[in-house]
Amino acid sequence: MGAKVVTVTSGKGGVGKTTVTANLSAALVSLEKRVACIDADIGLRNLDLILGVENRIKYHLVDVVEGRCKLQDAIVKHKQFPNLSIIPAAQDRDKSAISPTQMVAIVNDLSPHYDYIIIDSPAGIERGFRNAVAPAQEVLIVTNPEVSAVRDADRVIGLLEAANPRPPARLIINRVKAEMIKRGDMLTPDDVFDMLSIPLIGIIPEDEAVLVAGNRGMPDLGSRAGHAFKTIARRLMGEEIPLKDAPTPGLFRRLTRLFGGRT
Amino acid sequence: MPIWDRLWGRRRTSSGSTAKERLQMVLVTDRTDLSPEKIEKMRDEITSVISKYFTVNPDEVKINVERRQRDSWLVADIPLLRSVNKTSESLDPDDA
Ligand SMILES: Nc1ncnc2c1ncn2[C@@H]1O[C@H](COP(=O)(O)OP(=O)(O)OP(=O)(O)O)[C@@H](O)[C@H]1O
Ligand SMILES: [Mg+2]
Repeated sequence: MGAKVVTVTSGKGGVGKTTVTANLSAALVSLEKRVACIDADIGLRNLDLILGVENRIKYHLVDVVEGRCKLQDAIVKHKQFPNLSIIPAAQDRDKSAISPTQMVAIVNDLSPHYDYIIIDSPAGIERGFRNAVAPAQEVLIVTNPEVSAVRDADRVIGLLEAANPRPPARLIINRVKAEMIKRGDMLTPDDVFDMLSIPLIGIIPEDEAVLVAGNRGMPDLGSRAGHAFKTIARRLMGEEIPLKDAPTPGLFRRLTRLFGGRT
Repeated sequence: MPIWDRLWGRRRTSSGSTAKERLQMVLVTDRTDLSPEKIEKMRDEITSVISKYFTVNPDEVKINVERRQRDSWLVADIPLLRSVNKTSESLDPDDA
């Protein structure tokens, strides 16, 4: 029995991939799972910072690939969450320092020791994206309710659909602002779902607590966003949770149908 | 939109729905690899064929490419202006 391998990607940069990876990993650990998260954003390492382990890194992904250390040596254990391991990216190299095949090999070595492996993909649709997606058994596509993020998500969905084998993909809509939706000035989760038509695994509200948690280097599962991350973790584990704890229940009631039927 | 905005004539389309409309158009181009002009041309041609049989408002004809599982579907939304009761009479199940 190996780990379930999940890659978090988006096409567009800055939509919340690292935030999702960090918080989803922490949420899974809080649900008693053993989790390894891999920072596949080589050259722009950030997951370590968001999880507060930046001072304890000795080796990184590229050191493992190039044989300077054993995989075990590159793993950083989170202090507050002992069941959370982080494998950092190299900071002084670029995406071509590792290949999709090498990425698969690393994930295979980790797999027996964990329940979930969460991979933080870099932005874009080139080599770094292909590295991150190669070992995925499922892909979570993060988007924002905003025109360019939705368009880029659509590109990524198209690329994944053409891939062989094709990993199943689910959608995360991040940074939803209920106030702007009420005014009619933001795409609703329903609009985004209509256009991208892949199953939705969760909606995350815009929440200052995300930035505060980043400042501290400690995910805040008690915040509103944290609550949404916990719900996503439980859905990932196969629980069926209707969309009642979305930002503004009345507004999103219609969305319940999104979780039915479609695969 | 608050009622007073409408009363004072400050009505405008919400930017959210503009965003959706623009996205739907650009996604058709992205998904089909057809240029916006080609899609526009196809839309006009479809409209003119349909217009031989029905009264339609060309501005309301919408072309979309939807994803369903592994397939793409070309979907046209064409609201008919006049009642179509006359044409559908012969299709009445009781007739059969
Ligand atoms: N739900 C949220 N509410 C408020 N701020 C958020 C939320 N999600 C993400 N952010 C903020 O958005 C910024 C970008 O997030 P993040 O670094 O996770 O994006 P990314 O997709 O990993 O970016 P990159 O493409 O550069 O790797 C961060 O400053 C983060 O704090
Ligand atoms: Mg990132």
